[in-house]
Amino acid sequence: MNDFAPPPVQDAKASFWASLWALANPGRFMSFSARLLPWLWGATLITMAYGLYKGLFVAPADYQQGDSMRIMYIHVPAAWMGMFVYATMTASALGTLVWRHPLADVSQKAAAPIGACFTVICLVTGSFWGKPTWGTWWEWDARMTSVLVLLLIYLGIIALWRAIDEPLRAARAVAIMTLVGAVNLPIIKFSVDWWNTMHQPASVFRKGGPTIHPAMLEPLLVMAVAFSLLFAAIHMVRMQAEIIDRRAERLAMRAAAGEG
Amino acid sequence: MIAALRAVLSRELTLASRIGAGVELGIVFFLILISVTPFALGPDQKLLSRLAPALLWLSALLATLLGLDRLLQADEEDGVIDELMMSEAPLELVLAVKALAHWLVTGLPLAVLAPLLGLMLAISPEAMLPLCLSLAIGTPALTFIGLVGAALTVTLRRGGLLLSILVLPLTVPTLIFGIAVVREASVGQPIATPLTLLSAITLIILVLSPFAAAAALRMTRS
Repeated sequence: MNDFAPPPVQDAKASFWASLWALANPGRFMSFSARLLPWLWGATLITMAYGLYKGLFVAPADYQQGDSMRIMYIHVPAAWMGMFVYATMTASALGTLVWRHPLADVSQKAAAPIGACFTVICLVTGSFWGKPTWGTWWEWDARMTSVLVLLLIYLGIIALWRAIDEPLRAARAVAIMTLVGAVNLPIIKFSVDWWNTMHQPASVFRKGGPTIHPAMLEPLLVMAVAFSLLFAAIHMVRMQAEIIDRRAERLAMRAAAGEG
Repeated sequence: MIAALRAVLSRELTLASRIGAGVELGIVFFLILISVTPFALGPDQKLLSRLAPALLWLSALLATLLGLDRLLQADEEDGVIDELMMSEAPLELVLAVKALAHWLVTGLPLAVLAPLLGLMLAISPEAMLPLCLSLAIGTPALTFIGLVGAALTVTLRRGGLLLSILVLPLTVPTLIFGIAVVREASVGQPIATPLTLLSAITLIILVLSPFAAAAALRMTRS
C-alpha cells in the first residue's frame, strides 16, 4: 500500500496519463498543490468579487421579479456545481475501481461534502427565491425535486464513508455506490421531469421563453467560473487534509505497534 | 450451474419459511399496514381510494427494505457467502437468485394480494388490474436495487438504516412510473407509456444490479 511507484510509461503520447500518475505520489501532490493553492484562492476571490459586483450592482433588475432575481447568481452556479461535483466523484470512482489510482479515493472523499454543500446552497437559495416569486418556500418543481434527490444520494455516500472504518474498503464501497448513483441520476432526472409534467400544467419557468439578457448572462457565467475555482480550491485543501490525516493515522498505528 | 442456482433458490425459500419470514408473514405485514392507514387518514372512502395506489406502493417499499439488511448479512456471518463465491456458478447469478427468492416472499405476495387490499381501500375497479400489474413489474426493481445496498453494507453491524438511506433515493423512478400506471388507469387513460417505462427501468436494474452487488461483495474480500 505504501508503494506509490508510478507504472512505466510505454507510450510517449500518454504524457497526460503519465502526469496523472506522477501526481499519484502523495508527496508530489502535496508540494504541487501547495504551490498551486495561493493562485487558486486568488483567482477565486477576484472572479467572485467581480461576478458578485456585476451581478448585484451592475446587472439590470428583472422587470417582473425586481431585485429578488439577483439570487440567481448564487443559485444557478450552485446547482451547476452540485452536478459537476458529482461528475468529479464519478471520475474519481472510476479511478479507484479501474486504475486503483491512490489519490482517486482521497479526491472522492474530499469532494462529497463539498457537493452536498453546493446542493444545500442551491436548495436554500431556491427556497428564498421561491418565496417572493412563487409565494411559497417549497414547490415540488421538477428541478428542485431532482436536486433534492441528488442531495439525498450525496448524504447516503457520506454516511457510507463514515460507516466503514477501513479507508481502502470504504473507498471501494463508496466508488461502487457513486457509480450506481451516476447510472441512476439521469433516470431519476427523466422520471421526475415526467412526473412533474403529469402533475402541474406548466413549469413556472417559461419553456423556450425569452432568452436571458446578455447583461445578466455575463455575471452568471463569471459566477459559474468563480464557483468552479472555489470548488477546486476547497477540494485541494480537503485532499491535503485527508492525506495528512491518513499519514498521522499511519504514524499513530506504527507508534502503537512499536510500543506494543 | 443450473443445479447450483436451483439449490440456492430452494435453500433461500426453505430458510425464509423456517425462520418465520415466509410468505404468510409478508401478507400479515401488508394487512396490518393497510389496516392502520384508515386510523391515520380517517375512514373517508374517497380519500382512501385516491391514496390507495400510493399506500400500496409505499407498503411495497417498506416490505422490501425490512428484510434486506439480513439478505446477505446472515450468510456473511456464518460463512455461506464464502462458499457461494467458490461455487462454479458466477456470484452475479447467485446474488440474482437470492434477490429473486427475496422477491418471491415479499414483492410477489403483495402483487397477488393487491386487489384484496385495494378493495379495503376502496380503489376503483378499473385500476385493480393495472395496480397488480405495476406491482408485479415494479417490485423486482425495488428488491434488486436493495440487493446492491445489502452488498455494500454487508459487513456493517447496524447497516439497516444506512441501507435505506442508500437505496430509497434510487427507487424514485420505479415509484413514479408504478404509481403513474395506476393513476392513468383510474382516469381511463391508456397505461402503455408508464407501463413500458416501468418495465424498461426494471429490466435495466435487473441486468446491472447483480454486477454492482457482486463487485461490492468481492471488495470486502480483497
